[in-house]
Amino acid sequence: MSNVTFARSLAALIAVVALAALPYAIKEVYYVNIASQILLYAIFALGLNILVGYAGLVSLGHAGLFGIAAYVVAYLLVAGHGHVLAIVAALAAGLVATAGFAALSLRSTGIIFIMITLALGEIIWGLAYRWISLTNGDNGITVPARPTPFGIALGSARAFYVATLIVFLIAIVAAGIFVRSPFGAALRGTRDQPRRMNALGYHVWMIRFWAFIFSGLLTAMAGVLFVYYNQFISPQALALTASAESLLMVISGGAGTLFGPVVGAALVVIVKNVVSAYVERWNFMLGAIFVAIVVFMPEGLVPGVVRLTRSIWRGRARTKASLPMTAGPRQ
Amino acid sequence: MSALVVDSLTKSFGGLRVTRNVKLNVEQGERRLIIGPNGAGKTTLFNLITGELAPDAGSVHLFGRDITRMATRKRTHLGMARTYQIITLFARDTIEHNVTLALLGLSPLRWNPAAALGRQSHLVVQARDALRRVGLEHIAERPLAETSYGERRRVEIAMALAQNPKLVLLDEPFAGLSIDERQDVRKLLVAIPREVTIVMIEHDMDVALNLADRITLLHFGEVIVEGTRAEVVADSRTREVYLGE
Repeated sequence: MSNVTFARSLAALIAVVALAALPYAIKEVYYVNIASQILLYAIFALGLNILVGYAGLVSLGHAGLFGIAAYVVAYLLVAGHGHVLAIVAALAAGLVATAGFAALSLRSTGIIFIMITLALGEIIWGLAYRWISLTNGDNGITVPARPTPFGIALGSARAFYVATLIVFLIAIVAAGIFVRSPFGAALRGTRDQPRRMNALGYHVWMIRFWAFIFSGLLTAMAGVLFVYYNQFISPQALALTASAESLLMVISGGAGTLFGPVVGAALVVIVKNVVSAYVERWNFMLGAIFVAIVVFMPEGLVPGVVRLTRSIWRGRARTKASLPMTAGPRQ
Repeated sequence: MSALVVDSLTKSFGGLRVTRNVKLNVEQGERRLIIGPNGAGKTTLFNLITGELAPDAGSVHLFGRDITRMATRKRTHLGMARTYQIITLFARDTIEHNVTLALLGLSPLRWNPAAALGRQSHLVVQARDALRRVGLEHIAERPLAETSYGERRRVEIAMALAQNPKLVLLDEPFAGLSIDERQDVRKLLVAIPREVTIVMIEHDMDVALNLADRITLLHFGEVIVEGTRAEVVADSRTREVYLGE
């Protein structure tokens, strides 16, 4: 056990060092920016995964929560307020909106839950698009400057990447602690057997509500990073396609796993930005990749690769010692 | 004092009256067996007692306290536990994790999002204890998906007992078990201390009859006969319902 723990800690340390060294290894600003995008979308996907993967509640309205946080930052900065106020207010607004989403959508689960979140997301998008006096409509809002925390300017791609990485690490550690906690176990229980959980003494609705709040907080954090990254926000960032894309990140990487959403975010961002520079029909490629994932690894890339590695490893062990295989490659 | 008092309980699904004016009075420590043909409303009665269904009329008292309008989860915190006729377990997790969820349900720890569940050694000890009582300690770490039907029945019972309940509702604990497995489950039910009150639904009269102090016969949602084992077996209405004489 301690060997496994040690190996895991070592792997985590190496990963963090590699991520921190990344902007110094890649000199090109373009690719450093892509890396920042991956990390900020990974935070978004981590947040959505709390609901989709661990609560079993599929939301198609999370881009609305992401957008509310982004718009609040932009609006307050343009109105002349400071960065600290803008960020705190954005997170607070994100949480209030999340509580509203949760109160309305948790009346149900399954397909009705999806439809309610979709409708709420569309309402937020509609407000961003049509409430022109507040949001400047389709023209969007341009943010004058990035913040300078502790005197460090985040104007450069490299500095912004490091700031995003720090927020990302906080988010993934928080998510990791959350899913291994008693509350996380209770949440997974409400996903698998809500009726039993109720009879065992759990407040199923309240558990889902708090999970939704945590999910919304991570989403709002990603929204704040997004508006600072682009220094611009428009209704496009809140559209249904943005919600669907973040859901694809979670599902393609592996819902209900800690690293799945991170891998999914990397996949989507890379195909969207990098591959599109070389392949004209990149949308087709993204679609083809998703179809391949659904066919060959319906559980997502991370658990799929783990399963394949294990079955290959077991296959070898079996040819050596002719041990019975307990899990086939397909179940 | 009575452990459970059900008074004039009535429930209809549309035009179908599944529970009609049911009265029950179960003493503390009693073993009560509820029998009746399919569709007699036995499981519905359980769901009304646990609060998973709301009655149209009547009341339920647990140890003298009116719980008729109380949420199911709160009844659990007052010492009521149940098992399900249709096995309702956490198939992705290990046997031990299933029992741990039962323990956690009554612990304030269940709201803690920052502690590590794996490090709560008192939960592990208690879960192992509960599994020892049903004879499953040796396979505690086995995923539930890899267990037999009989083992799952015992996990159901372990989860109810792990909560240290004052009243246990067992919904057909012998259903689908082999003769040997029935004897195992019977032994573990006999071993439950007398502080615990048991209300049990069961079809298998051979195993269940000698576990019971008193028997209630339900038919079309109504209590037809109630009394000691000998009284109910001797009653002509029991023969009528079961044998059609």
